[in-house]
Amino acid sequence: MFEIVYKKVLNPTVTLMDIKAPLVARKAEPGQFIILRVDEDGERIPLTVAGYDREKGTIRIIFQTVGATTYKLSLKEQGEYIQDFCGPLGKPTELDGLKNVLIVGGGVGCAIALPIAEELKRRGAKVTSVIGFRTKDLLILEDEFKACSDKLVVMTDDGSYGTQGNVCAPINQMFENGEKFDKVITIGPLIMMKFVVSAVKPTEIPCDVSMNPIMIDGTGMCGGCRLTLIQNGERVTKFACVDGPDFNGYEVDFDEAMARGVMYKDFERHAYEDACNLFKGVK
Amino acid sequence: MAKFNMSLKKNEMPMQDPVLRGKNFSEVALGYTKELALDEANRCLECKNPTCVQGCPVNVDIPGFIKKIKEDDIKGAYAIISKTSSLPAVCGRVCPQETQCEAKCVRAIKGEPVGIGRLERYVADNALTCEIEKQPKNGHKVAVVGSGPSGLTYAGDLIKMGYDVTVFEAFHTEGGVLTYGIPEFRLPKQIVKDEVNKLKNLGVIFMPNVVIGRTLTIEELFEDGYEAVFVGSGAGLPNFMKIPGESLKGVYSANEFLTRSNLMKAYRTNATTPIMKGGKVIVVGGGNVAMDAARTALRLGAEKVTIVYRRSMNELPARREEVENAIEEGIEFNLLTNPVEILGYNNLEDRRDPKNGFVTGVKCIKMELSDPDEKGRRRPVAIPNSEFEIEADTVVMSIGTSPNPLIKQTTKGLEVNKWGGIVVNENGLTSLEGVYAGGDAVTGASTVISAMGAGKIAAKATDEYIKSKA
Repeated sequence: MFEIVYKKVLNPTVTLMDIKAPLVARKAEPGQFIILRVDEDGERIPLTVAGYDREKGTIRIIFQTVGATTYKLSLKEQGEYIQDFCGPLGKPTELDGLKNVLIVGGGVGCAIALPIAEELKRRGAKVTSVIGFRTKDLLILEDEFKACSDKLVVMTDDGSYGTQGNVCAPINQMFENGEKFDKVITIGPLIMMKFVVSAVKPTEIPCDVSMNPIMIDGTGMCGGCRLTLIQNGERVTKFACVDGPDFNGYEVDFDEAMARGVMYKDFERHAYEDACNLFKGVK
Repeated sequence: MAKFNMSLKKNEMPMQDPVLRGKNFSEVALGYTKELALDEANRCLECKNPTCVQGCPVNVDIPGFIKKIKEDDIKGAYAIISKTSSLPAVCGRVCPQETQCEAKCVRAIKGEPVGIGRLERYVADNALTCEIEKQPKNGHKVAVVGSGPSGLTYAGDLIKMGYDVTVFEAFHTEGGVLTYGIPEFRLPKQIVKDEVNKLKNLGVIFMPNVVIGRTLTIEELFEDGYEAVFVGSGAGLPNFMKIPGESLKGVYSANEFLTRSNLMKAYRTNATTPIMKGGKVIVVGGGNVAMDAARTALRLGAEKVTIVYRRSMNELPARREEVENAIEEGIEFNLLTNPVEILGYNNLEDRRDPKNGFVTGVKCIKMELSDPDEKGRRRPVAIPNSEFEIEADTVVMSIGTSPNPLIKQTTKGLEVNKWGGIVVNENGLTSLEGVYAGGDAVTGASTVISAMGAGKIAAKATDEYIKSKA
């Protein structure tokens, strides 16, 4: 059992938790993920590490309530326990040698982008961050990004905060102004990452994306997390759990990944509705 | 002098009705009654030089335990099996006895061999409690990576010799392939739990949710004071055919399909983990895992399950018994057939059609076997222009696995072969001092009992190694 030592509700659908998991905290690096089960008989879900404190032995997770499992997790309080917590899994984000990086985060993906931005800052790199949300109420981690970025642009789709528009608008503007970066790292919804990759492509700046497909074991056994890279015209199967979760954005077949991501949409919607009804009944 | 039963036939295993069992996940084979067990035990001629023992990868004293059954001393029989096997209830169910102990039985020269596996299971299921001999603690500690059959055997042998043993398991539950791979109807999970609990009672410590190669490395285990490490991390990433359509929704690896059903209990009505159920299911491959996947699909409610295999019935690598069970249950076999493409739904007029991207069928090609090559193997060769389509909603790829790269990537100096399997000598020793390995991580996909045999050999070698250092 793993204790929730700190909990903070960031917005109506996004929750932050620090979980006591010393073995995981000893090793975790930005870009890696964990697999958790909320309770006995629960499903295994992967969540990318949003931060870690090696001394306190805690791992920070920030998650959006999108289904039954994340809903049940969001109901857990500080001091309560979750059943299983395994990691760190996947390869850390490659940050060696980077001096000047553009970070593009979207929605809850910003939670994963943050430790990368922080680590880059700590290593002395110049960090430019663009973070985007649907609307002001969903904004998270603005202060944290401000603290580790040399320049921060906040976008909202509806213009209720920051600048109106999607994250591609300021990126295109930066490129038009002739700004240069060693690398662009983008984390967010698949559709957003796909557009960011298209926007960056003409500049030929390397662009990494963080993939978060459906997973079960997370250790290279089931193959459920497979995705396709297109390398020199060849379609190559990769496994996000052991080969990723970061990939070269120019190579990822996003359309296929988006299709696979909604394989269990109906099941998940029913499970979520059942869970909501069940717990509402209790409360 | 005992009166032997000279019947040429084995006592048949009582089984669940094929039609009924196709709809439930309860165990198919029900086990011998006392009468059947005694009758079968009396078929054993108590050979002076028992060849059956040589056929067993862990050299169970087979005539010895069968003699105890004849005397109706189940505890005694269990004690004899436990001397060399840590998992009798498991082996009695899933060992391929027909190619091992039973293949060497003298009764098989004329007639059927003694039903050794069935008798082993009878003993294991009926020996309620059993004292296991244990040496006093010797102050040395060893680590085990993975709690599958090889790791459990290694742990069981060394704990009995007095070692402190810690087993690290990546999943939330112990058992490895016994838990995630082999279905409930062939190996009830309670049995795996009982075997693990026996080891816990002997003092083995299990650490779930620890991935060696990520959470901890082998190097760190030595730093933490473990004097030897056994790597039994199992087979790894599933293989795919590299044909178009394998990323469509509804295409699973057998590992994923079975893990969802077995480990995550997706077969239960209120399961939290989803799985595609019902409709038409095609399983590609002919091994035991393919049979397990096909029979699982049937029990999940499939209207039709078809095995597609590129060679003929004679070459099916699965155990004959499992193939027969599958046929009885109504699984169809489409042999000398190979998939060339998986077909999917694609509504060009409506890109938002929810059916888009789901499997609709498999395009296959007919195969024929070539003339035997110099090794006598007949290769399957495609017959030109013989393509045809089979309808399907779910396709399960069961064509083997490649070793997991995690431990190799994170362990300096650990030698692997060109397929990625860990290289070991005849004692299970790897290229690193004090690091042993066995099971599928070494051999690639193989059987439970050969993994157990490897665990046993490595346990003995570990004991000798640690004693030689002291």
